[in-house]
Amino acid sequence: MLSGQMVIYEEEHQQLTEICERLVRDALAKAIFVVDKDGQLVTATGETAGIDTTGLASLVAGSTAATGSLAQMLGEEEFPVHFHEGTSKHLHVSVIGETLILVVIFDERSSLGLVRLRVKRAYLEMAGVIENLNRKAKAGNKDLDIFGEITDDDIDSLFNDAF
Amino acid sequence: MSFINYAQREIILKIVYYGPGLCGKTTNIKFIYSGTNPDARGKLVSLETKQERTLFFDFLPLSLPAIRGFKTRLHLYSVPGQLFYSASRKLIMKGADGVVFVADSQRARKEANIISMEDLKENLQAYGYDIDKIPFVIQYNKRDLPTSMPVEELRADLNPDGRFADFEASAVAPGGPGVFETLKAVVKLILVELKKTK
Ligand SMILES: Nc1nc2c(ncn2[C@@H]2O[C@H](COP(=O)(O)OP(=O)(O)OP(=O)(O)O)[C@@H](O)[C@H]2O)c(=O)[nH]1
Ligand SMILES: [Mg+2]
Repeated sequence: MLSGQMVIYEEEHQQLTEICERLVRDALAKAIFVVDKDGQLVTATGETAGIDTTGLASLVAGSTAATGSLAQMLGEEEFPVHFHEGTSKHLHVSVIGETLILVVIFDERSSLGLVRLRVKRAYLEMAGVIENLNRKAKAGNKDLDIFGEITDDDIDSLFNDAF
Repeated sequence: MSFINYAQREIILKIVYYGPGLCGKTTNIKFIYSGTNPDARGKLVSLETKQERTLFFDFLPLSLPAIRGFKTRLHLYSVPGQLFYSASRKLIMKGADGVVFVADSQRARKEANIISMEDLKENLQAYGYDIDKIPFVIQYNKRDLPTSMPVEELRADLNPDGRFADFEASAVAPGGPGVFETLKAVVKLILVELKKTK
């Protein structure tokens, strides 16, 4: 294992999803995604049909990592917020804590000002959830028993259908 | 770092394909894409230059059947092999659960393989990882070419103690011999490692 584990439990997943559902309404956004910095999707809300959410997560993480490195080259710790303006759709990306990224997709029904304002509030709530999660992680993952029981046959059978 | 989502009952493993420019990392990933059941694969994302060189990364998500009620998902990434993309390579390594080193068997690429292996070790060290301790396999690709070196010579360069599992492959040949073997081997190592750390 290279670097430990990122674990999301039901409780925090639920809380993050609720915050996003509220944010979609308050910010008049089209869709909202929470992505982990290594590129995995944590939760998605709003009009996500037709969006390749897995691909989106890896691209957002890649671009955030690249932007973060640019910041460090310039002596900044990070560029915590970036914004991409399109003709009809816009993307507001903000880094939350050490581990997560919040992505808001919006169109002409909303505005950058409104999104910014609402994200700020959601940010604080999300930071609280992450803090809880980190505390749990430090306390040890006692219920992480899925791997202990894996047999060699389980591992072999993984490949039977997919390829 | 593996990502375990209890809410979705899934575990995600990140596997990175590393190696010198033009060794066939993207070709491996494209072959895996084409050889996978459409239900089990997501969209292939390739960020490449006009000349089809990888600019940032390739990304392919795959889903395997559930083990113990947990869906296993693989996220395959390839790095850009050209030397000057070093900063991007380093970013992509972050959070990897396992690494595949793709070597180019052609004699003309002997030096390039060795340099890329050194570069990999440095990038791993920068994150505090040790190549001897992570799930790591080597693939000698382009075995179909007449200009390819004997495997013993590649091994002497890249795997002198035989510490790592290694495979011969030809990612462009029909049936892509060695491509899936390499992938399966690294996934197995990751799962065994997860079992151990438990
Ligand atoms: N003969 C032969 N050619 C191969 C093989 N694998 C890949 N190639 C060819 O090698 C060239 C480069 O392959 P890529 O997969 O793009 O190489 P890459 O490692 O992704 O290169 P970068 O993105 O620059 O790092 C292509 O023309 C492939 O068709 C192989 O097994 N045999
Ligand atoms: Mg490539």
